[in-house]
Amino acid sequence: MYSKGYHDKGTPAADAPTNVTLEIDGQTVTVPDGTSIMRAAALADVNVPKLCATDTLKAFGSCRLCLVEIEGRRGFPASCTTLVADGLKVKTESPKLTQLRRNVMELYLSDHPADCGSTPASSRCELHEMAGKLGVTESRYRLDGKQHLQSAKDESNPYFTFDQSECIVCSRCVRACDDIQGTFALTIQGRGFSSKVSASQDEPFLASECVSCGACVESCPTGALSEKSLIQVGVPNKVTTTTCAYCGVGCSFNVESKDGEVVRMAPNRDGHANHGHACVKGRFAYGYATHDDRITSPMIRKSIDDPWEQVSWDVAINHAASEFRRIQAKYGRDSIGGITSSRCTNEETFLVQKLVRAAFGNNNVDTCARVCHSPTGYGLKNTIGESAGTQNFDSVMKADVIVVVGANPTEGHPVFSSQMKRRLRQGAKLIVIDPREIALVKTPHIEADYHLPLRPGTNVALFNSIAHVIVTEGLTKEQYVADRCEADSYTKWKAFVAEDRNAPENTAASTGVKPELVREAARMYATAGSGAIYYGLGVTEHSQGSTMVMCIANLAMATGNVGREGVGINPLRGQNNVQGSCDMGSFPHEFSGYRHVSDDATRALFEKDWGVPLLAEPGLRIPNMFEAALDGSFMGMYIQGEDPAQSDPDTHHVTAAFKAMECIVVQDLFLNETAKYAHVFLPGSSFLEKDGTFTNAERRVSRVRKVMEPKAGFQDWEVTMLLSNALGYPMHYRHPSEIMDEIARLTPTFSEFTYEKLDRAGSLQWPVTAEAPDGTPTMHVDHFVRGKGKFFVTEFVPTNERATRRYPLLLTTGRILSQYNVGAQTRRTKNSTWAAADVLEIHPHDAETRGIKTGDMVGLTSRSGEIVLPADVTDRVRPGVVYTTFHFPESGANVVTTENSDWATNCPEYKVTAVEIVKVNHPSEWQKRFHEFTEQQLRLLKGREATHA
Amino acid sequence: MRADRLVTMANDIGHFFNADADKSEAAKSVANHIKRYWDPRMRREIVAHYKEAGGAGLDPVARSAVALLATSN
Repeated sequence: MYSKGYHDKGTPAADAPTNVTLEIDGQTVTVPDGTSIMRAAALADVNVPKLCATDTLKAFGSCRLCLVEIEGRRGFPASCTTLVADGLKVKTESPKLTQLRRNVMELYLSDHPADCGSTPASSRCELHEMAGKLGVTESRYRLDGKQHLQSAKDESNPYFTFDQSECIVCSRCVRACDDIQGTFALTIQGRGFSSKVSASQDEPFLASECVSCGACVESCPTGALSEKSLIQVGVPNKVTTTTCAYCGVGCSFNVESKDGEVVRMAPNRDGHANHGHACVKGRFAYGYATHDDRITSPMIRKSIDDPWEQVSWDVAINHAASEFRRIQAKYGRDSIGGITSSRCTNEETFLVQKLVRAAFGNNNVDTCARVCHSPTGYGLKNTIGESAGTQNFDSVMKADVIVVVGANPTEGHPVFSSQMKRRLRQGAKLIVIDPREIALVKTPHIEADYHLPLRPGTNVALFNSIAHVIVTEGLTKEQYVADRCEADSYTKWKAFVAEDRNAPENTAASTGVKPELVREAARMYATAGSGAIYYGLGVTEHSQGSTMVMCIANLAMATGNVGREGVGINPLRGQNNVQGSCDMGSFPHEFSGYRHVSDDATRALFEKDWGVPLLAEPGLRIPNMFEAALDGSFMGMYIQGEDPAQSDPDTHHVTAAFKAMECIVVQDLFLNETAKYAHVFLPGSSFLEKDGTFTNAERRVSRVRKVMEPKAGFQDWEVTMLLSNALGYPMHYRHPSEIMDEIARLTPTFSEFTYEKLDRAGSLQWPVTAEAPDGTPTMHVDHFVRGKGKFFVTEFVPTNERATRRYPLLLTTGRILSQYNVGAQTRRTKNSTWAAADVLEIHPHDAETRGIKTGDMVGLTSRSGEIVLPADVTDRVRPGVVYTTFHFPESGANVVTTENSDWATNCPEYKVTAVEIVKVNHPSEWQKRFHEFTEQQLRLLKGREATHA
Repeated sequence: MRADRLVTMANDIGHFFNADADKSEAAKSVANHIKRYWDPRMRREIVAHYKEAGGAGLDPVARSAVALLATSN
């Protein structure tokens, strides 16, 4: 069922450059060539009856309701499969058409529940609606013949039901699973009367290959596939368009609610990032917002061994402010700082960094992007001049060869992955560079042309060898480079990569990749047409993360693959607002728009607007803050919407730093791992409870709109204002739009950005400037933002974290589809049905030599610590490599990760940790202490008492 | 802050810029990077480590860079 109020046009839009004019029911209609008659009619507000057609799917022509008459043509063609042509005269209504449609409708109704339309699930049944339009209330065929009305419901999926009695076998669900999602989990089984929708090998949905994206539910015209929430909560009475708070795809949703309660999240077909698609997280996993674990009252305590005291907002805010001022008086101005969140809005992150710079009076502000994509910012700023991806997602549909490196879009960015898979099924080539055999390597109707399974930590060596092949075989685009790049830097880079030591045959000892594979993949990228590189944290979270981003930029420039559709450098951002939090000046060395704090003109602009002097020196990064806490020079932190105690590396180190601090203020939905070390807890608001904007991985800024009132009374930006006011630095915004006005005033790339323009456009990709008032889908079109593109010599420097006799395996980490980041949200939903624990993937060879079988508990030890995880023996990982996720705090994946970090940005080296594994039968010492500490903190939480201060 | 950590960080930066054949330019690049991205207390402490402990553990390019910072402060 599409979202409430949506006008379905039956078939997808055509994008032909030429138009066609025809007549429909006497109206003259002009539409692009290739448009169906059904869509042309819909665009003229003539809605031809239909059942098997919907505008996210190619025309199918099976239901026979959409028949029309065309002057001069015989018969009654289906309007969904018949294309417009100049001069056609079409009639969509006539007595004969009505007679034909009514007869078809009676056949449908003969095997459809009589109460259709009266239950929430069938409240928007298209069959019921069409029957009404045709005036058919009874069927002559509803006799004693065979029917499906007694078929059992499949309720196995936690989020939706399949009721075969309501199914009309229109195949919309099957086609959605195939064409939109690309999973191919559904089929029509049997023939004739026995035809039925079947998941995998006629299995319950939960046991099948279904990934619960909801595309089938979205496309179902009846109540056959229906959200359980719709059945439970009832018919919605309000629709609010907002943006998903999970990954960096930034899907647009129409949230249907009933009296402030979410009924369903319907993916927005007009959403520019997702075009009506969604995944199991965004579409279904919103239950955390109303979970019992939410803390909705402010709390304070003197030490982390004390019970929490529930207090008023005034008391909590004033306590936090006085503690911060006390610490500054005792330890100095620079002894406190703050962390902004990639899960919060642009306006919220802008306010937190403003609070730190203007109210704290220092530049000790950082963001969680520090631990994921900070190397992207550094690498791209230095090479091409802007710290952002170069394309929009739709660009992938024009790519001829797609390189996926250090990313697993199927799990991490599922909606974009579906779009990429559509392009691959159309014939684009695919090169996957990853230590693991990620799903894209071989998935239904897709097989990577090349999979380069490199050893963790050798990205730079591999990319240097790819560049070596391209340069030495003369595959570079010399004219492009001559026109657009710095000649000196190009000459140096070419000479460097051409050195024999960078040949694939010589780097193979490091990378473990067969030289011929490298050579063939390099040739393919350079010669197959438009080449697009998509990358994730497998690129950035290394000691050479920034170098590797530069490698990618070097390669894209040398092959002319920047500045048009179908190509580009595309960082896939992990969280919903990673791009935005970076854009908004969350890093300690720069203001919004990536301008260094030492730049006098920029600083003067901010000083004038904010009315305070600002520091010209960079502040502490997150890992530096922890170091400074341990040496006694950094004693207080304001942490909005982040959980470094779980997400940051070397947990022992992080928690020791927290224990050393005198005032930690955590603003969050839940008592997360960091909050267990906090002294002030300020309740946060979920994305459903606030207004603002998110910026996705394609620089697309989209609105976040309030669906329900904030459970604790304030949106997050309002809490930051309260704190700032209590600190004596006044902030008086009435709405996030006023914060955005300030951002636009102070940030050149947002100079023409307003909420009014955004609401009109639906979304806007920055830069939004006088030169590009409607935004910028593709960057660097005629020249690079920095002027000339700059090549960097990217010497491979092996990480210090190497396999040894003591730690012979390399651990690398990642994520899975159903869980998200630290799991604070998804663990509190039914998504845990699919994954309720982190597991350790081990290659069969490594498992066999250690006597480990799937399901065994395995002790995992590094030089930082030890944890215990259940084993999953699989050849998805290569020998010598083990893999896990970090979604569950009790697993403690970051207990074993180390303090190694990217040379330029201090982004942690999560992706390479030398470890040994051994079969065990008890939790690790850290895990025992974790459980004791957690129990203690939950006791202190439950024991909290309300005061009336 | 731990001197050994700062030394490692400075060396890591040095390893990247060490690709420059002109080592004095490499040292300037390292010093510039540290100046642009390190909090002043970190810079003070690496300089203090250079002055007081002779920069023990610093690789040549990183050591030259810290020397530049020491003279510019």
